[in-house]
Amino acid sequence: MANAPAIATRPSRQRSDTYDSGQRPKRSPERRRATVGWLFIAPFGVVFVVFLVAPLGYALYLSLFSKGLATGTAFTGIDNYVKAFTDPAFLGGVWFVIRFALVLIPVQMAVSLALALVLDAVTSRFARFARLMIFLPYAIPAVIGALMWGFLYSPTFGPLQQLFDLFGGTAPFPLSPDNVFGGLMNVVTWQWAGYYMIIIYAALQGIDPSLYEAARIDGANAWQVAFRIKVPLVSSSLVLILVFALIGTLQFFTEPQILRLVSNGTIGPDFTPNIYAYSQAFAYANFNYASALSFALGIVVFIAVYIFLFATRKRGSFLS
Amino acid sequence: MTTARISIPTASSTRSARSRKRPGRLLVPHLFLGALVLYFLVPIWWLVVASTKNVGGLFHGSAGALWFDKTFAFGPNLVDLFTYNDGIYLHWLGNSVFYAVVGGVGATVLSILAGYGFAKFRFRGRRFAFALLLGSVMVPLTALVIPTFVLFTQLNLTDTIWAVILPSLLNPFGVYLMQVYTADAVPDELLDAARVDGAGEFRTFLQVAFPLLRPAFITVLLLSIVGSWNNFFLPLAMLSNTNLFPITVGLGLWEGQASANNGGGHSLWGLIIIGSLISVIPLVIAFLSLQKYWQGGLSIGSLK
Repeated sequence: MANAPAIATRPSRQRSDTYDSGQRPKRSPERRRATVGWLFIAPFGVVFVVFLVAPLGYALYLSLFSKGLATGTAFTGIDNYVKAFTDPAFLGGVWFVIRFALVLIPVQMAVSLALALVLDAVTSRFARFARLMIFLPYAIPAVIGALMWGFLYSPTFGPLQQLFDLFGGTAPFPLSPDNVFGGLMNVVTWQWAGYYMIIIYAALQGIDPSLYEAARIDGANAWQVAFRIKVPLVSSSLVLILVFALIGTLQFFTEPQILRLVSNGTIGPDFTPNIYAYSQAFAYANFNYASALSFALGIVVFIAVYIFLFATRKRGSFLS
Repeated sequence: MTTARISIPTASSTRSARSRKRPGRLLVPHLFLGALVLYFLVPIWWLVVASTKNVGGLFHGSAGALWFDKTFAFGPNLVDLFTYNDGIYLHWLGNSVFYAVVGGVGATVLSILAGYGFAKFRFRGRRFAFALLLGSVMVPLTALVIPTFVLFTQLNLTDTIWAVILPSLLNPFGVYLMQVYTADAVPDELLDAARVDGAGEFRTFLQVAFPLLRPAFITVLLLSIVGSWNNFFLPLAMLSNTNLFPITVGLGLWEGQASANNGGGHSLWGLIIIGSLISVIPLVIAFLSLQKYWQGGLSIGSLK
């Protein structure tokens, strides 16, 4: 926070703002401006407290109780958390999203970085068109993206079976237990790679082109310019995207929830932690346990992201 | 967050010098781009084609999944979509627009005020509040849905429009973006000059700072609107009255009914397809026509 305000002397008689309650007319400008700062933040602060702090606190509170058939709701301490972290359904979901994040995010980053570098280097009309078209899926809600891919994957509606008919084979079903990992990865990559590409691209466009000239004079070729100059200079964008992707993947919900119905049972009610919490809450009305699951997931994500940001803090990001 | 350097690229002013490459060297990048454009467009192409087919064409079309059938049924499908179940689709579309605009505008206004407050004022507790804000960016918002639902049940707020709109006012990342942008784009000297001239703090913000913040404002607005428009988990949990559904939850409902063969003899799959197509059109048009606004703004979040 280097930009400290350089205000020292200012005629105070000109200030007659209404928020100065008047009981202390000689309040220093700094004091008054402190109050004003809080006033600007207050509307958001209220929303923050009511819709973030309160639900989190309430989730924690609810998670410490259990509802028994005979006993009614009783305080059970950390029992729900012990249950969650020994519940194979929850752990299975957590394990899935972690594996998914570890494979998906590098692939997605590689695709979007490669696209951004190519689009930054090529300035043709087709490249401009391509940039827009690749970004387009971002404007499509995840629900509809998942529905579309569900149709494309479907043996009845999709083109896969027709393609395989040409060779007389049977098309693989991308949502079968063996393929669902890749099937979902494809949907998510399709949905988000364009958005990430645009963020990296915007950062690339912000680099001073004279750097490239200097590098070329020093004898660097296009690859060296790309990987020694461009990539390091957009590393903060890459960190930002990684954080987004990590948070998004660990709370994976929409795509598997939509594809559940057409997956012939591959995607169950415990496929991801969020789907499991949702089913516990709305199929079994088990809100205490669902709150514990939500809170546990929140903690897991928070810690994962924090560790990641801490590990990359030298690159300059949130925590620096 | 010492040196937040924001660079809004100004199109391709300085880079035309680099386009004088030999065309042969550009073939490989263009093939790469072409292949990926194809990949990104195939599902959309499929959606367009499928929306012109009747039920028979969808299931046993003559030309395959990626080409038009003999009968062109786009018109009848459209009529079907807007009349099915007393035109509930139009209702859903209207709800989506309403939630997205009210939630998006609200979240953006809160973000710009808070971002300005964090960037341009020094006060006790500011560092702590900002650290809290950054921490909250890392909280997965879906983890809040179930607790918020239980909270709203006690306030009798579930199954109302407020259950969807109020939680979507929370956009910590928007505040962060506005803080970063404001710190860089609004010089303190300018604000001081306005204050010396006797402008009140709010007037200073509105008339001096806000015009400078417009690019970031539009970016945050677009991001918030898209966020609300795409939201699925929150309205799915909060709403049970189908008349209040946004389009995402409505299409999800149809999908459930269709896969349970519950459409009462009506082919809901066809409705889902054309309903998906119609619902993506507004946002696609918005993005294509507003591209000069959002493209620069998206680089705000990344710091040097």
